[in-house]
Amino acid sequence: MKKQDKYLVTYCEILLTSTITTILVVAFLIVEKEMLLGAIIGLGILGFFIAKGRGIPHKIDQVYREHPCVFYLTIVSPVIIAIVFCRHEHFALFMIASVAIYATACLGLTLQLGYTGLTNFAGAAFLGVGGYTVAVLTNQSIPNVLVILLGGLMAAIIGSLLILPVLRTRGHYAALVTIAFALLFKTFLEINDTLGGPQGLKIASFKFFGLDFNEPLLGSSFYLSYVIAALLLMLVVFIITRLIEKSWLGLHLDAVRLDETVASCFGINIAAWKILAFTLGNFFIGLAGGLYAQMLGHIAPTNFTFADSLILISIVILGGIGNPLGVIPASFLIIVLPEKLQFIQEYRFLLFSILVILVLVYRPEGLLKRGLRSFYRTWGRERKLEN
Amino acid sequence: MKTSLLQVEGLTVRFGGLTALSNLDFKLGEGDLLGLIGPNGSGKTTCFNAITGLYKKNSGSVLLRNKEITHSSPQNIYRNGITRTFQRLRLAIGLSVFDNLVIGDAMHLNTSIYFNVFRRSNLRADIKNRLEQAEEILAFFNPKLIDNIYQPIGKLSMIDRRRIEVCRALISKPSVLLLDEPSAGMTHEETRDFMTDLMEIKIKTPKLGVILIEHEMNVIERVTDRCIVLSYGKKIAEGDYRDVSTNKDVRAAYLGED
Repeated sequence: MKKQDKYLVTYCEILLTSTITTILVVAFLIVEKEMLLGAIIGLGILGFFIAKGRGIPHKIDQVYREHPCVFYLTIVSPVIIAIVFCRHEHFALFMIASVAIYATACLGLTLQLGYTGLTNFAGAAFLGVGGYTVAVLTNQSIPNVLVILLGGLMAAIIGSLLILPVLRTRGHYAALVTIAFALLFKTFLEINDTLGGPQGLKIASFKFFGLDFNEPLLGSSFYLSYVIAALLLMLVVFIITRLIEKSWLGLHLDAVRLDETVASCFGINIAAWKILAFTLGNFFIGLAGGLYAQMLGHIAPTNFTFADSLILISIVILGGIGNPLGVIPASFLIIVLPEKLQFIQEYRFLLFSILVILVLVYRPEGLLKRGLRSFYRTWGRERKLEN
Repeated sequence: MKTSLLQVEGLTVRFGGLTALSNLDFKLGEGDLLGLIGPNGSGKTTCFNAITGLYKKNSGSVLLRNKEITHSSPQNIYRNGITRTFQRLRLAIGLSVFDNLVIGDAMHLNTSIYFNVFRRSNLRADIKNRLEQAEEILAFFNPKLIDNIYQPIGKLSMIDRRRIEVCRALISKPSVLLLDEPSAGMTHEETRDFMTDLMEIKIKTPKLGVILIEHEMNVIERVTDRCIVLSYGKKIAEGDYRDVSTNKDVRAAYLGED
């Protein structure tokens, strides 16, 4: 029965990690006193190294592989608790929703960069395509949910303009093409008067079957509805991304990323797979952009700059390239940290950059390393049971 | 007379001013094991790259079972039944042995989005079939490999990686297998074991045609029925190893004798 004891210890450790993380995250979102914030960040860093020392990331990976239900419980319940705790805090809820939206966009990038190896430095531009589509269409008599879907669709369509140059170039050159597009897009928005120019556009509130998202939900902050919508969107996109990874599709995308020559020699149509990943990824980013614009209520070209594209890429790298789960803690760090550190003014970017560098030096594979593909839950365990 | 599998006529590949392969002719019949030898830079790998469609051919033709494949894409050439291994191992190190093997049969995988994302139970049944198929090919090549099927490639030894690469090329049941210097980076003992496995394959699939690039002459002597010697992109000799090794041109190419 020693094995069961070991499992019990692992579960307790993970439960403890999850509890402490939840407390720290909620405290971090609510607290405004500078000293306290500093202390929380210190505790967070300390906790990370202790967890690393005890091999928690590896254990999380293992439990996730073997018992996804238990694992999801340790994620879903803290999130619900955190939301309930923060239900009156506009800022905290806004942050949670932003994290979920950025994580959704980064799942799109995971498909492109993580699985297929397509570097897309125009993430914010596709976020913007989704956002502006929503801004233009919400005032028409189209259901709001449909409008967000159209935002995603539009991002996918605009993305297809880039497909030809992306397919014809490789590596750094493909990255340059997307950088050019990102810069071009922002300039286009600034000079285009029908899209509001530099001032941007106002967006009517999001309505869902008569429920107005800009009205307080159940006596809480009005951001609560957006938090729920953003988390649901993230969940759906997350599940689709995981399903793609755990199927022949994910295998083909990996083959294209790892070695195009070998992939061609085994009949894989490189261009077709790149187009699939690029388009689907942009669709996800566009969806995220649409909801983001709805939540902001007002968008301008400055929301979708090249710096935002870099933020998206750094979330993917920090989270662990190719691990959809990693983008969630990574977007929390990258989105919330600079906002909460406003009391040290511009030094926050310095501190923030140092933190990112430290994580990458001590954990170059990112917060959560991508493991081997397991096609289904019992994958790889049938053989062990036989022996 | 054996049925002809692969027929190469006047194959020429140029890179700018350099003629890497010049007017190469040869035939490969069912069950043949043809050795391709020559000093470094003599065009052996170029020949493989040209046959598999990675390089454009300047002239000449390649026929597989009398079907013209000279200007087909690498993808189509694979679908027609030619697979290969690479001189520098080209396995996906971060992926599992199973992933690496199953990609070898990519042409038979169902890649519709609907099937892969929404028909998970069907997909799961399909994956289980592929697992059996992968175990079968490993058992066929070397049963000791089966236990490693869920392992990442990075954990395997050099010889096992080579074996996996050959299994990846064999899993789609090709009619022609091109082996590009499989002994590179292996010890003498490993090479010997590997060649024993290769001979097993030949016995188990008598119709498979194999072309083997090899530097180790004792390997060539032991396993091939016939060999071709290349030097500066030209074929300078063809025949069984004993004839070829005593050929004057061949000695000149290898030893620099006049």
